[in-house]
Amino acid sequence: MDQPAGYLHWGFILISWPNLLVIGLMVVLFGLALILPFPGHGSTTEKEK
Amino acid sequence: MKGRVGDESTGSWTAAARRQLERRLPWENLLPDRQPFYVGSWVYVFGVVTIAALVWVVLSGVVLAAFGPQWWHLSSVGRFFNSLHFWSVQVFFVFMVLHLWGQYFMASWREGRAPTWMIGVVTFAISIVAAFTGYLSQQNFDAQYIAMNAKDAVNSTGVGWFFNVLNFGQMYGLHVMLLPIAIIALVFLHIVQVRMKGVVPPIGHGAKPAVRWDLRKK
Amino acid sequence: MISERSAGQASQQGVRTIPYDLLKEIAIAMVASLVVILALAIFLSSPDVPSVTIQSWAQADPVDFTTTANDELAGQSVTANYGPPYNHGTGSVQSIGPFSPQSWAGVHANVDQPHDFVINPLKRAASNDTQLGGVIKTYEAASADQQGKWHDAYATALKDATVANGAVTVANGDYGPVPVMLAVLVQLAQAGALDGLLLSSDHFYQTDYTKPLLFINDGGYVSGIAHDQHLTGNQWGMMNETGLYPGQTWLWLYTLWYQIPPFNQVSYGDLLVVLVMALLTLLLVLVPFIPGLRDIPRWIPVYRLIWRRFYAETKRTSA
Repeated sequence: MDQPAGYLHWGFILISWPNLLVIGLMVVLFGLALILPFPGHGSTTEKEK
Repeated sequence: MKGRVGDESTGSWTAAARRQLERRLPWENLLPDRQPFYVGSWVYVFGVVTIAALVWVVLSGVVLAAFGPQWWHLSSVGRFFNSLHFWSVQVFFVFMVLHLWGQYFMASWREGRAPTWMIGVVTFAISIVAAFTGYLSQQNFDAQYIAMNAKDAVNSTGVGWFFNVLNFGQMYGLHVMLLPIAIIALVFLHIVQVRMKGVVPPIGHGAKPAVRWDLRKK
Repeated sequence: MISERSAGQASQQGVRTIPYDLLKEIAIAMVASLVVILALAIFLSSPDVPSVTIQSWAQADPVDFTTTANDELAGQSVTANYGPPYNHGTGSVQSIGPFSPQSWAGVHANVDQPHDFVINPLKRAASNDTQLGGVIKTYEAASADQQGKWHDAYATALKDATVANGAVTVANGDYGPVPVMLAVLVQLAQAGALDGLLLSSDHFYQTDYTKPLLFINDGGYVSGIAHDQHLTGNQWGMMNETGLYPGQTWLWLYTLWYQIPPFNQVSYGDLLVVLVMALLTLLLVLVPFIPGLRDIPRWIPVYRLIWRRFYAETKRTSA
């Protein structure tokens, strides 16, 4: 694991694949959090005044 | 405010402090067992996962500190705890930034919650400094190279007279003691702010009119 | 029995509440995050490229070491001319016009390259060697002008130096006592003694690596390793880690500036980047008060996804 990583070179951007993976994962997690339904309390709630 | 029935004395600092705390953070707000139903989104989970990761950062760090800074180079158990520390830091920053994105897009500073936001950003900045001193404490090539390069940026600001990135002892002391104390204190204040003010209502449905461009409007 | 008080502030807003167990939530978060962290630690371990030493440097590249040591002896290396906080040079002092906090902060670390890196370690080694002692005296007795001439001649000759059995050889010339002094220094370095000599001083304990790190920094040895691992400044190095590990992705914006003009062209690039990042951080802290920045969440309505159940239900009940 101590061998140098591969890099994506796009224009002036130079990013390691591990870093790109982490950032990509963050975007995916954020998107999922927006979309996925949260374990529901839809039917078992009480209305509060 | 005069003492109510049950208070032993008016003019008592202790009684006044207790009344302030009771008023601003009653137990029901500090440890509520119900939340407004709009808190039913996975975005709300990012903050608590950040805190969970911080717990693991600190606990793994405590073990590393207990055995001294060279231990993890010499022992496979030490290396394992270093790995726990390394990955819990990654998880910590991943979820802290996700938490920042979420809170930003919810405009969570509304209705008097600006201090909560500001403490959060300051915590982020201090965490970056803490991570920086951690990288400098590794006692390996990465630590050497980071030190040799960072010195120029640090020196350019004049801060280099005090903050010497080439001084392992100083960086290590900041990393294991002073910066964790600062982070934990800030996180504590941040959570207290959230509990005092409650979760921010959805945009457009606040208790008070939303702040707009024209500061004269109520 | 649900009390209004346990619902806290929400009940005052007239909003429906749901049971929500905060302590269970943090417990689940801790277990879930621990599982992930344990898996990553077990399967991927963590990075640990071993540190370099003066010894490994002198063994791997005695010519580069000697060239650097020659510069240090003459006070002409990069760090010998650096400036505050190490010394009174000006070579690395950054300023934007009259704005120069580096100068204002002054010298505090007090590093004297010719003596700290070369002469004093040699004098220690010379305690048993009267011949070396004599050579050092010859050097110290010479004028600054003469010392400079020896340095320049030797620096030129070193460009074509050869190495045999770890020793550096150059063409004949007038270099004074410098080659002899530096040959001993190379031997000390290759034996591992110089690492210790650069750290120790008149006190026993030492945790400050300023001197050996500055010495190594002046040479060309680490830049090859660093370049392979993409750690250098213009390789977005600040956000990278050695090996196949993720680095400091949160530093992406900080390191981005170093890749573009004017930051990567001016002599005060570091100072400029720090000022820009300080300003941006301040803006981030003050978002709640900045018109425009604080309104983006309304203009880009991600919130409509987050609170979609609330908006749907509110629309139903008000319809």
